[in-house]
Amino acid sequence: MGAYEFDLWVFMLAAFLGFQLIRGVSPLLHTPLMSLTNAISAIAVVGAILIAGAKDASTLSRILGFCAVLLAVLNVVSGYLITDRMLKMFKRREPGKK
Amino acid sequence: MTGDTLNNFILPILYMLAAAGFILAIKWMNSPATARRGVVVGEIGMLLAVVGTLLRFDVVNYQWILVAFVLGTAIGIPVAYMMPMTAVPQRTAFSHACGALASALIGTAEYYKGINQGPRVTTVEMTALIIETLLGFLTFTASLMAFGKLQEVLPQRPITYRGQNFVNLGVFAAAAGSGLALIVAPEQTYLFPIFTALALLFGILLIIPIGGADMPTVIALLNSYAGLSASAMGFVLDNKMLIVAGALDGSSGFILAVIMCRAMNRSFSNVLFGAFGQLQTTTAAAGERPVRSASPEEAAQILEAARNVVVIPGYGMAVAQAQHKLREMADLLSKRGVNVEFAIHPVAGRMPGHMNVLLAEADVAYDKLREMDDINPEMPMADVALIIGANDVVNPGAETDPKSPIAGMPIIQAYKARTVMVIKRSMNPGFAGIDNELYYMPNTIMLFGDAKAFVSSIVKELGALARA
Repeated sequence: MGAYEFDLWVFMLAAFLGFQLIRGVSPLLHTPLMSLTNAISAIAVVGAILIAGAKDASTLSRILGFCAVLLAVLNVVSGYLITDRMLKMFKRREPGKK
Repeated sequence: MTGDTLNNFILPILYMLAAAGFILAIKWMNSPATARRGVVVGEIGMLLAVVGTLLRFDVVNYQWILVAFVLGTAIGIPVAYMMPMTAVPQRTAFSHACGALASALIGTAEYYKGINQGPRVTTVEMTALIIETLLGFLTFTASLMAFGKLQEVLPQRPITYRGQNFVNLGVFAAAAGSGLALIVAPEQTYLFPIFTALALLFGILLIIPIGGADMPTVIALLNSYAGLSASAMGFVLDNKMLIVAGALDGSSGFILAVIMCRAMNRSFSNVLFGAFGQLQTTTAAAGERPVRSASPEEAAQILEAARNVVVIPGYGMAVAQAQHKLREMADLLSKRGVNVEFAIHPVAGRMPGHMNVLLAEADVAYDKLREMDDINPEMPMADVALIIGANDVVNPGAETDPKSPIAGMPIIQAYKARTVMVIKRSMNPGFAGIDNELYYMPNTIMLFGDAKAFVSSIVKELGALARA
């Protein structure tokens, strides 16, 4: 089995897993869900590091890689923090208070 | 430990743990009780993956990466803490733009690297690379446009012209065509900038005809594209963790978009090419029919005498920032034994879950926030349905008038409540420009005024009633 074929299987299974998981998320949390998945996909920072940090990278690669690392880190940091900030606001009624 | 051990054994395990963390993070989002734990495992996962990658022996050049990390964090933290919750839709569109641009730039760098120095790029790699950059660039400009519309830098009304769909499809075909040519013969470097420009242009054209009311679907769709772009990058780099993370994001955005479409009884193509909201001219002389209106004092008395009150918020509540006053009103009513609940339509607001976040911010307990399908059977038992800044999502025309542009769209059945109160600036039709029969029904009372000011007056009157 070629690498790309294996990758396709991984993609297919992950997409189905995603469908199943997202169906379970209550509409209550759709906004934080969106900002969480956005932060997760900013794992693209890994690709950006490989481009920006390579030994023999050209100037173009370095510049593009630098911008990509910056954008992805921005998404990671603000994405997780905002998701948590939103989730902190979701409270049940305080016990004893009707 | 040699570099080889790290690259071949430890790193794959770190990546696998990271992917597992992402899966758990999303799984735990299914309940507000576990969701914050989800964020923590997501963060740990990401930390493992990033540290592992930094330790790879083929990563040698750290200073640029370090600068980018510091800058990204320095911008990201204030953005996260200072952004007001009302700006969440814009922030989401903006972060889709950042994510998409990041993966498009990586794709571009990979392309030139492959052409100039690496072993010849294979067709499979090139296909993944073209998908990555195409989705990345078009999502970048499309998200910026969505950001502009949400921030009201750009007009929110859809902009249409004759032959628009033809032009859009033409540009997309040209972008896809040049992409295809690059897959067949990657060494045609002159084509790559053209391909990039076409993808960027298509993103702009795609959002021009989209109106504010369709933003929830479009934002979800852009979320999906940004994820798929990252997933395609995983194929280029043969990195399973990226494939998994991107696929999770892609399927999440896609499902949300489907939910939004269903909540409007419309199809994807209708949202993207239908240019909703240009029918406002068809409702003539709407203001001339008699309506009943009331003062804050009368409204407060009716609310106070009710047992069950259902509040139905819409985008107007967000615009007027009325959520805090609304919570005060709900608290005062609860103290007097009135049961107050909030009914949230899936497409209320400008992004999925928009109303829930605003009300949660105003300290409304989340068990008081009810979904449409959940609360509709109880609407006949409601003494008062208080509609604030919502219009189409309570329009009974969706159920009764097959010719209505929103025919078949599921609505919150406010009209079944004993009394319907609508807080509204004037009798102007709503965003989609569709007249609403609800306003003329005998049991409907119009409360004219700014949403926040009117609710404040109700709160004041309720206070006076409590003291009397």
